[in-house]
Amino acid sequence: MPERTPSQTVGPFLHLGLAPADYNFRPLFAPVLAEPGLAGTHIRIEGRISDGDGNGLPDALIEIWQADAQGRYAHPADGRALGSNSFRGFGRAPTDQAGEFFFATIKPGSVPGPHGRLQAPHINVGIFARGLLKRLFTRIYFAGEAMNATDPILALVPLERRQTLLATPDAQSSGVFRFEIRLQGQDETVFFDA
Amino acid sequence: MDDTYSRDGTRADPPYLAADYRSTQTRAPSRPLIVIPQTLSEITGPIYGHADARPEEADLTRQHAGEPLGERILVRGRVLDEAGRPVPETLVEIWQCNAAGRYIHVADQHPAPLDPNFTGAGRCVTDADGVYEFTSIKPGAYPWRNHANAWRPAHIHFSLFGPSFLTRLVTQMYFPGDPLFAFDPIFNSVPDAKARARMVCQFDLDTTRPEWALGYTFDIVLRGPDATPQDPDHA
Repeated sequence: MPERTPSQTVGPFLHLGLAPADYNFRPLFAPVLAEPGLAGTHIRIEGRISDGDGNGLPDALIEIWQADAQGRYAHPADGRALGSNSFRGFGRAPTDQAGEFFFATIKPGSVPGPHGRLQAPHINVGIFARGLLKRLFTRIYFAGEAMNATDPILALVPLERRQTLLATPDAQSSGVFRFEIRLQGQDETVFFDA
Repeated sequence: MDDTYSRDGTRADPPYLAADYRSTQTRAPSRPLIVIPQTLSEITGPIYGHADARPEEADLTRQHAGEPLGERILVRGRVLDEAGRPVPETLVEIWQCNAAGRYIHVADQHPAPLDPNFTGAGRCVTDADGVYEFTSIKPGAYPWRNHANAWRPAHIHFSLFGPSFLTRLVTQMYFPGDPLFAFDPIFNSVPDAKARARMVCQFDLDTTRPEWALGYTFDIVLRGPDATPQDPDHA
């Protein structure tokens, strides 16, 4: 049987291949997943990714994968998905010079988890950057969501680290959530291996 | 819950912290990853939209008024999973520097010439047999500031999706016999020599097009199905 091709870093010039709008090459993916007319609660997730020195990463790329407002994935492995669903659930955002990124999407519904237990609404996050030899995987959950208390994945995370996975509502603007990604340090984000 | 995808193949990957690759020191997580089951959120993934790639985007020598300088190459290969099955209709995105070792990217300060006829970005979708093909020019080596007199071996960046969130892969394809291999901390971040060899393409006379371009083959193997025997009490 063939063996896996190893992972390598995206390097500092990742935009050329993965977010090439500035290089006169047509981008396929965007940070905007949901057009205004789409059913669901429209949200904006804003965040910053920082390194062990607290500096923002100007050369990172964040990808998200999520279910629609009813908790269905646009994928054949989800038997409940609707063929007519226009929500593809995938977004890609390069960071700016300060390490900031955003996504405009809809809040996902809850989705099935192991042993028939429901998972709280969440968004899968993949992180690429110069200095990351392989993708990092984390999840965005939503602060204040009642289902977080019974989520089977959050249950695997030590209590004192769970808050690193919570997007927090912006007090000033409704529908806006803040999600920080800290690669190292005091409040280092929880990263997963699945 | 049983795994859908294998977990042991990840042993081929580099660690997050590779001492000789300086940027990893402040970016590698310091805490261990938390192992979680593969739920519906992980065994699904972005597969729609890949067919949006256009045929002309697979030829990096035809994106401008003139032709780029450099050695014209074809890179052809199959995308497979660890069970040897082809991965059809999956998006392959690539990027690279020009023949002089310079990226068009705004952050590249290497004083080598830009080529007005070369962007260095391409994409295509694998066919029903998992086959992809790009036409490009051979990228040059270039210096970087990781350590004194540091040079990257010639490479093309590859990004792939496969059928789920867990099959996503970004890697680099290197060229055979590069004298810079021994000195490159990124190439050598992969601990196993056999695994490193899987990032090196092969020159192939059958892929080479007479009077036109040198041919290289590069098969890419994504994470595949879990091959662990079923627990009989669980079946």
